[in-house]
Amino acid sequence: MSKRVAITGMGIISSIGTTVEENYAALIQGKSGISIISHIDTRHKNDIMVGEIGLSNDALEKQLNLPEINCYSRTAMLGVLAAKQAVKDAHITDITDCKTGLVSATSVGGMDMTEKYYYEYLKDDTHHRYIAGHHGGDATQKIAQQLGITDFVTTISTACSSSANAIMLGARLIKAGKLDRVVVGGADCLSKFTINGFKTLMILSDTYCMPFDKNRKGLNLGEAAAFLVLESDKIVKQKNKKVLAYVSGYGNANDAFHQTASSENGDGATLAMQKAFKVAQLLPEQIDYINAHGTATPNNDLSESRAIQRVFGKKIPDLSSTKAFTGHTLAAAAAIEAVYAVLALQHDKVFPNLNFKTAIEEIGIVPITSVKEKQIQHVLSNSFGFGGNCSTLIFSKN
Amino acid sequence: MEACYINGLGCISAQHTADNHQFLEQIVTYDKNIISAINPNYKEYIPPAAARRMAKGVKMGVVASSMALKEAKIDIPDAIISGTGMGCLQDSEKFVSAMVDNDEEYLTPTSFIQSTHNTVGAQIALGLQCKAYNFTYVHAAVSFESCLIDAQLKFNENEANQILVGGVDEQGAHTYGLHEKIEHIKNEKINTFDIKNATSSGAVFGEGASFFVLSNTKQENTYAKLTAVEIVSQLNPELLNSRIEEFLESNQLSVQDVDAIILGLNGDVDYDHYYAHLQNSIFSNTQQLYYKHLCGEYNTASSFGFCLGAHVIKHQHTPQAVVLNDVDSREYKNVLLYNQYRGLNHSLVLMQSC
Repeated sequence: MSKRVAITGMGIISSIGTTVEENYAALIQGKSGISIISHIDTRHKNDIMVGEIGLSNDALEKQLNLPEINCYSRTAMLGVLAAKQAVKDAHITDITDCKTGLVSATSVGGMDMTEKYYYEYLKDDTHHRYIAGHHGGDATQKIAQQLGITDFVTTISTACSSSANAIMLGARLIKAGKLDRVVVGGADCLSKFTINGFKTLMILSDTYCMPFDKNRKGLNLGEAAAFLVLESDKIVKQKNKKVLAYVSGYGNANDAFHQTASSENGDGATLAMQKAFKVAQLLPEQIDYINAHGTATPNNDLSESRAIQRVFGKKIPDLSSTKAFTGHTLAAAAAIEAVYAVLALQHDKVFPNLNFKTAIEEIGIVPITSVKEKQIQHVLSNSFGFGGNCSTLIFSKN
Repeated sequence: MEACYINGLGCISAQHTADNHQFLEQIVTYDKNIISAINPNYKEYIPPAAARRMAKGVKMGVVASSMALKEAKIDIPDAIISGTGMGCLQDSEKFVSAMVDNDEEYLTPTSFIQSTHNTVGAQIALGLQCKAYNFTYVHAAVSFESCLIDAQLKFNENEANQILVGGVDEQGAHTYGLHEKIEHIKNEKINTFDIKNATSSGAVFGEGASFFVLSNTKQENTYAKLTAVEIVSQLNPELLNSRIEEFLESNQLSVQDVDAIILGLNGDVDYDHYYAHLQNSIFSNTQQLYYKHLCGEYNTASSFGFCLGAHVIKHQHTPQAVVLNDVDSREYKNVLLYNQYRGLNHSLVLMQSC
């Protein structure tokens, strides 16, 4: 099981950019993508801030050359856009030249269309083409069709850790020799469903979110999609591929505490990180940067901080949450943060945790607040979701 | 991939499957286009206060998984892997309806919290206090098969000895109504045993939950061995035969070695030709079984088929209600399952006696 899993391409669309380069530029310039909402007509538009992608559905359809009458949810369009970028970045000319699969992740799926036409569907058939696109696998199916991937195609939905688990499954499929190449990632668009859902949970911030700050008020929702191309050693060698980084460790555990809240001491998170170290055969002190889940909810940041303290003791590596840039993009979060982890490795930079002022008293963790240059060999990335789902990924330069 | 063993199972469906001592010997027939799962006595498995908050899918999943664990004599599994095509439809519908009806006001979080796709897996973990690996697959007709593949990987990685896997989908009135409108669900009632000869578009929809304890060790009460699983997103009908032959070959088997093929035909005239083609070509001399006329179509209905395969192998007996042709098998060593939904997400599962 010592086979390596190489990342040979990546693609991303988020509120801070529609390409990898744009995302990197925004991270370096400290330019947040959080704003008031413009594409969704919601009653809460003046009460919340979101990480919304500027492109309208019409603009996305044009960019993807979709016919005027199509059945793509926004999630599907964002997913196709990011996945295509990733495949292009990996210089794949024939996706069928080796055993290639697709593992995607979503939590919202086609909910944006379902909520829009919920009762209209009953009255007339104008938008009936969207009905079958509600389920979680629909966006994945469309990405597969657009990329020409016909065999192993599946979707994971474990709330906000979904795409971490997609990356994890992809890495395991490669290690097991089941696939030579796998496109992994996730997509979620903003929807009234999630806006209202998180609103009822009273964990939405009315202003810019402040991860790990004592006075944090909650999260900003966001939308995004990101995909990585993972390839086996064999393919990398055979095709002389440029390797951007490696997926070296991964772990998933369940907090088994509460459907939505994290346990006080972050049991699940602690276990996930420990498992990832075991797979990577690394020690905590070898981690140079933690890209935290850091949603800026009172519960998550406290629980995650405790888990990090349990795993790392007093020597906590440089840490930041990039959610103040992008908002919490739910099932896509781990995938966009995987892209950021690779960028951190490529450029030897720790990205800042925006909006932080005061440390949480009982914890004392102070995240990195401005871009920091340093040698980075290993990045640890956390993602936690409803249902106690806790996942950790480790990305390495070599 | 190493083979693994089915050491326990639990099945909640539109049939009386909650009792494993008899499987599909007494059949409930329906004359409907949507059939519901028969509720087991939830109180035996879930405290009433907790059950009140759970939608049917969660309850079915929790009960089916408890049954499977009990039968396999496992307290806490090393991983919980669930599949659900449509997720927690009832809570999703409840939240969306309330949101639309009340113009985003006066909402409460309960149904939102429970609408998350991984609610069933999470509730099982919470009930068992199981902190292990917990994944949920939501890829339409291969949601359950994705779980099987994941479990095989886990065994191969030496990361687990006992894994709980299962498929669950519940009915949602609004969603099923919409699926009638687009004729994914039949627009007319049809009798259970007429489904195999149906001439209309759409399927009879159902709901249910089937959970299994897979293990790397054989036990006295082992049902069968899960040998191989393959999922194929898109498949040209002309390539189906060769694909199946390749799959069997990679397991050192040929078409002649298959003692029974379990087919996922659902009475949809537009897509059942995939099965008809197999029935009339390479498997024309093989015993053919079907099951969706009994449980209805749903994204994880193939987990009911898997349950059928396990019973057939364990008891070396085929219930009359699932028999599709007049070929009889003397013994059931190799059982193959083939399923697809609307021409997409094909799956091949090989189960063997042990």
